Amino acid sequence: MSLLEQSVQALHKQLREKEITVSELVDASYKRIGEVEDKVKAFISLDEENARNYAKQLDEALVGKEEKGLLYGLPIGIKDNIITKGLKTTCASKLLGNFEPVHDATVMGKIRSSEAVMIGKLNMDEFAMGSSTENSGFFRTRNPWDIDYVPGGSSGGSAASVAAGEVLFSLGSDTGGSIRQPASYCGVVGLKPTYGRVSRFGLVAFASSLDQIGPITRSVEDNAYLMQVISGYDNMDSTSANVDVPDYLSSLTGDVTGLKIAVPKEYLAEGVNEDVKNKTLEALKVLEGLGATWEEVSLPHSKYAVATYYLLASSEASANLARFDGVRYGVRSDNDTNLIEMYKESRSAGFGDEVKRRIMLGTFALSSGYYDAYYKKAQQVRTLIKKDFDDVLADFDVIIGPTAPTTAFKIGEKVDDPLTMYANDILTIPVNLAGVPAISVPCGLSNGLPVGLQIIGKHFDESTVYRVAHSFEQSTDHHKAKPQL
Amino acid sequence: MNFETVVGLEVHVELKTKTKIFCGCSTEFGAPPNSHTCPICLGHPGVLPVLNKQAVEYGMKAAMALNCEIAPITKFDRKNYFYPDSPKAYQISQFDKPIGEHGWIDIEVNGEKKRIGITRIHLEEDAGKLTHSEYGDYSLVDFNRVGTPLIEIVSEPDIRTPEEAYAYLEKLKAILQYTEVSDCKMEEGSLRCDANISLRPVGQEEFGTKTEIKNLNSFAHVRSGLAYEEVRQAEVLTDGGEIQQETRRWDDANKKTILMRVKEGSDDYRYFPDPDLVDFHIDEDWKERVRATIPELPDARKARYESELGLSSYDAEVITQSKAMAEFFETGLSYDAPAKQLANWLMGEVNAYLKTADKEIGDVPLTPEALAKMIGLIEKGTISSKIAKQVFKDLIEKGGDPEKIVKDKGLVQISDEGEIRTMIIGILDQNQPSIDDYKAGKEKAIGFLVGQVMKASRGKANPQLVNKILLEEIKTR
Repeated sequence: MSLLEQSVQALHKQLREKEITVSELVDASYKRIGEVEDKVKAFISLDEENARNYAKQLDEALVGKEEKGLLYGLPIGIKDNIITKGLKTTCASKLLGNFEPVHDATVMGKIRSSEAVMIGKLNMDEFAMGSSTENSGFFRTRNPWDIDYVPGGSSGGSAASVAAGEVLFSLGSDTGGSIRQPASYCGVVGLKPTYGRVSRFGLVAFASSLDQIGPITRSVEDNAYLMQVISGYDNMDSTSANVDVPDYLSSLTGDVTGLKIAVPKEYLAEGVNEDVKNKTLEALKVLEGLGATWEEVSLPHSKYAVATYYLLASSEASANLARFDGVRYGVRSDNDTNLIEMYKESRSAGFGDEVKRRIMLGTFALSSGYYDAYYKKAQQVRTLIKKDFDDVLADFDVIIGPTAPTTAFKIGEKVDDPLTMYANDILTIPVNLAGVPAISVPCGLSNGLPVGLQIIGKHFDESTVYRVAHSFEQSTDHHKAKPQL
Repeated sequence: MNFETVVGLEVHVELKTKTKIFCGCSTEFGAPPNSHTCPICLGHPGVLPVLNKQAVEYGMKAAMALNCEIAPITKFDRKNYFYPDSPKAYQISQFDKPIGEHGWIDIEVNGEKKRIGITRIHLEEDAGKLTHSEYGDYSLVDFNRVGTPLIEIVSEPDIRTPEEAYAYLEKLKAILQYTEVSDCKMEEGSLRCDANISLRPVGQEEFGTKTEIKNLNSFAHVRSGLAYEEVRQAEVLTDGGEIQQETRRWDDANKKTILMRVKEGSDDYRYFPDPDLVDFHIDEDWKERVRATIPELPDARKARYESELGLSSYDAEVITQSKAMAEFFETGLSYDAPAKQLANWLMGEVNAYLKTADKEIGDVPLTPEALAKMIGLIEKGTISSKIAKQVFKDLIEKGGDPEKIVKDKGLVQISDEGEIRTMIIGILDQNQPSIDDYKAGKEKAIGFLVGQVMKASRGKANPQLVNKILLEEIKTR
């Protein structure tokens, strides 16, 4: 078994016992990248020299058997919209192609303090706008299970790199499903934390009221370890919540006796692939076998979620991305005759089609005369969607359904059909609008491609989400399936 | 046709917090360009704003001092526009829930009191400063000012004359300076004013089309700009023309307003709530804590000076116009200076000097104690009012102790009757023609003789004694 196929616990023990060195681990990571990256294309940039030097430094500093954090020495990949001091952070946009941050994101600071080793920056849909990583301004990432298929998105690089064994784990970001859907497509575990649980400081904003950074790993336990490190209040982020972070590991009891599961009928409705539906029902049976019960419920407003999301997220994005005006970042048009033309030309050349589409949509939704009908109405609907979740979660411990209506689709299949592409996020988007936490865990294969099970919890109750996910995972072998590259 | 002028003023005031409204950078004026900046105020990708509580409290304080209702829940919105002075391409401002609304201030013009309504006060961040090259081939941006907390104070269209606008601004500035939320220095840009003006036929309720005047760098410019625009609009309307909704700039060199741009419809700033900041609640406790920090305001102080110190309304108005002056006055009183005399000196010599030297009362070496002591010397007859002007010049230019100056310079008034009489006898002996003139009924000859005595005493002889003894001595001749 390759080093990087082992668990955080196992690797930690070997590092402590000096059976392996950090350098060997980092070497294994770059070696694997060397072997498969041509096919997967998960990384926008590698930080190899720094990573190797840091590994060496860690190895030399470890004299005896000092206590070390669980992430000590472990290779991690970071989505390229999380800023990294001195290492370019592009958001997969040509417009930000030369942006070198002068400081770290809060989560990056936490990762560095944990002494994990940052391997490189991961590909994504440009500015996290997309569900297939086909909207990267640089290149497409491929699904390690079948390289003709998309890895999902927008954190496609984060999911694919973990699935391909290039890194042990990674960080992604999730605005409408961007961690869970690629985790589902690539057969790995991805958590979108409660809004406010993880600092957004240093995450290049797409839709500020929805964005959350979260961990992508190969097991629920590893996910909890990484989550433990990145969680917590940050006074640099006004929307970060000053709520105690529990010990996630202690929730991994394997016990779901008496657990009450809600299954929204909208999540097994038309449009959800039969095979995906069956895998979900099988998973529910597994949980039933473990002592949980489930009931069908309704989230009546979730049918408006996609429309609501595209209005709100695009509105916020239209302002968040306005700073990329060619004056200070990326390529500036050489039209120096007129300020407005310079803006127009720089932005037209720098942004990809999907980003432009959303900026236009958001600008329209906020425009005078349309604001009430679009932005304001969407805010009202968002309140209703949130209330749907609150109502259900008042009576149930978790909500379970599929993560995505289908398995991964073929590269190029939906790229020219934005509405079909948007509909792909129908099961993940409501969760962001409600602000609650949700995880995607592998629950089997359909035609050789992974299916993800989505477990949604109450606000700030990642612990229960982890407990359920872990119990399910440990009772099945789905997480042991690996792509053949 | 007779027109009525309608003026509304938009005043931006920088709050004097130590740090910016959404980051920890200094707000100090005059630092080298772009030295007071950080990734947050420069709007780097990924950064987030964190609200400076002091800015909110200053905003509340200002709003309360201007009699506004404080919003129980308020929030920040993004105002979107592309311009190189705005690094995020949006300004964080307040749109539909400003921190204060429905305020007012009282002004007085030509003895007539009037209440001017304040529509709203909201908090926002300042933009950067652009410097355009002389030849128009480049522009430089200084982001030091970006993120400095501002309040925008919007008046109701209650102002009817340029004089009222001037009085409104003076009073507004006085109140804000009293509350110590801002320096209100127009020359440093910590107070800026745009004026909206329209005309309508007397008796008509509907407002006419307004123009906005910018580049008003002093209150006097506001007054002149409005006066010019009032006449210009009246001429256009009288000739049967129409006023265009436009922005004009005041050209002070040529004393006129010049068209900048015509407004086509209103700008669409696509305001929406800033998702990076949370709504904040202002409860009664917080309001009371802030209210307790508001000092006695100019109107209250003015009333007190009139009722307790017997100052005239005019004197009390002038003295209370600036907090520094009023404080100076009160400290002077504590050194036993008589109120009326102290007020006269402040309104006369002191203000004249400050105006000529373009200084504030706090910028000169003169202390309230020294001025009070000097007035004491006049009261005691140690120096004459005339000599006092010499002493005052020293005090305001170099400072020091008036008694010591009087002593060192030998300026003590001569009040010894014998000494004065001797001097007078000497003068009379040499000026028989003047004595003759006086006796022949030419009253003003006495003035010449007094002048001669004062000259001989180098101004130190007590003028009352000189007059008295001179008449006595002439009678004997």
